[in-house]
Amino acid sequence: MPIIKVENLTKHFGPVAAVDGIAFEVEKNSIFGFLGPNGAGKTTTINILCTLLSPTSGKAAIDGHDCMTRSSEVRKKIGIVFQDTTLDKELTAYENLSFHAYLYGVPKDLHKKKIDAALDFIGLYDRKDDQVKKFSGGMKRRLEVARGIIHEPAVLFLDEPTLGLDPQSRANLWEFISKLPEKSGVTVFMTTHYMEEAEICNRIAIIDKGRIIVNGTPEELKKMVGGDVIYLKTTNNKLAAEELKKTMGIGAEEKNGELFIQAVRGDACIPKLISSLADMVLSVRLQRPTLNDVFLKLTGKAIRDEAQGSGDELKDSIRSYRKKFDKK
Amino acid sequence: MSTDLNAIYVIVARELIKFVREKGKLVSTLARPLIWLFLVGGGMSRVVSPDMGMPYMQFIFPGILGMTILFSSIFSSISIIWDKEFGFMKEMLVAPVSRFSIVVGKALSGTLVSTIQAVIILLLFPVIGLKIDAVQIPLIVFMCMGLAFCLASLGILIATFYENFESFSVIMNFIVMPMFFLSGAMYPVKTLPPALGLLTMLNPLTYGIDALKYMVFPAKGGLSLTHDFSLAVDIAVIAVCSTVFVLIAGIMFERKK
Ligand SMILES: Nc1ncnc2c1ncn2[C@@H]1O[C@H](COP(=O)(O)OP(=O)(O)O)[C@@H](O)[C@H]1O
Ligand SMILES: [Mg+2]
Repeated sequence: MPIIKVENLTKHFGPVAAVDGIAFEVEKNSIFGFLGPNGAGKTTTINILCTLLSPTSGKAAIDGHDCMTRSSEVRKKIGIVFQDTTLDKELTAYENLSFHAYLYGVPKDLHKKKIDAALDFIGLYDRKDDQVKKFSGGMKRRLEVARGIIHEPAVLFLDEPTLGLDPQSRANLWEFISKLPEKSGVTVFMTTHYMEEAEICNRIAIIDKGRIIVNGTPEELKKMVGGDVIYLKTTNNKLAAEELKKTMGIGAEEKNGELFIQAVRGDACIPKLISSLADMVLSVRLQRPTLNDVFLKLTGKAIRDEAQGSGDELKDSIRSYRKKFDKK
Repeated sequence: MSTDLNAIYVIVARELIKFVREKGKLVSTLARPLIWLFLVGGGMSRVVSPDMGMPYMQFIFPGILGMTILFSSIFSSISIIWDKEFGFMKEMLVAPVSRFSIVVGKALSGTLVSTIQAVIILLLFPVIGLKIDAVQIPLIVFMCMGLAFCLASLGILIATFYENFESFSVIMNFIVMPMFFLSGAMYPVKTLPPALGLLTMLNPLTYGIDALKYMVFPAKGGLSLTHDFSLAVDIAVIAVCSTVFVLIAGIMFERKK
């Protein structure tokens, strides 16, 4: 039985259809990626699934419990890392996790053990008594993920968990997230608008303007845009192309001083190419299609829009500025 | 149920930790009642005729306690606006706890913080020449807590309608000052014209201050100018208002967009 089941879900904000009749299922213990540009309806979908919003129509259920009518059952099953941070920056890392443990009814004698283990897992144990306002963006994000799993939820929602992080912390966080299903037995539902991050997902749904335009494994999606491309540099490109046509029946074109060959399984093809060309080969390069190519093909536009991260940082600093002055 | 008690406990604990960490705030909130008691009360006592049976500064003492509680309880609900603004409210709203425990937890935090402040003001009674027995003190503190809970829940109820700080603080100032003046804190309710008298009777603070007068001046129970209602009415009104405010606020929190 799928752990998340969504049928014909719709959410209107006035005239805007933020979510427009989507349906999907998520299998237990997998990582499901919800991929789409800003404004596609990812956060709205998460808010409905985690009982904060009620849909205009359609159904959503987690572990068999309806998200609208059985909210308290659903709330027990889920952990969430929201798009904007929801930590209390005045409290310490330990206090934030402890608050959460109380709120979710984690037995008291387990609090210290679990919180310490979680802090250790995310590498923040020695910072546990520091106020969260002293943490970097990446540390806060990891702390939120740790908080999200401290009550052992069945499903963990991650809404753009790496937004605004530097590449290093982003890579760390992904490594951490990809271990979660195995290590904590949790199903991960994550959204992102970074295509390359979606590679760790078992399944991906691409959403645009409130509609799911495709749903499949990363491999399946990439097959939609054709196979791999191999670029070859040889001592004599013309001769090499003729040789390939004669011995392997492969058509190779010359482009910018390189031979350009299309293949379904490029990695398996390379050894044969090299052996048939003997010592003419100078260098080989394999290019696989990316999810970005998939998105481009399906919607006719690129997904990328990097500006948002810095926009959020700006919003954050305005807020803390206002907080400082308004409170007086 | 025990999850809800845990939730209430931890919401209160969080607010107290933050209260203790922000020491400057305590000083600034205590400044207002002190100014009213000594400057306004002291100044007015020369003007007001002394036929109420006690110096004016003593007469307004329960009102000053009420004022301390009014401001700090109602404004404690600002923490809800901050929690909305900084996202922490979502952390509470997705938790498997009843919305009422969130409201009660927040109201109790406001109650504790403002009772602490009221007690500090209360301990100034010898300075203004008032005599209060040791047995009266727990009663006064208890009444302060009741009134604080009622006003904190009112603040939370109002806060559920607002998303940002600006509009909330405008409405709060619009509510808090009239509540203070129409409460019998500074003058007996009976001396007001009927139209204003009616407004006073709709104000929960009136009953809280009236009850505090019973506890601060037990010997003068029959004094016509100090009491406006019976103590039973005072306590009943506070209890009913608290319940109604908490219920409506809880329902407002449950409502999804
Ligand atoms: N509370 C709201 N009120 C009005 N419009 C909203 C609200 N939340 C989201 N929207 C609109 O719904 C659409 C989807 O938004 P969202 O779910 O946040 O997208 P994403 O998370 O994929 O970036 C956007 O057009 C956004 O402007
Ligand atoms: Mg979003």
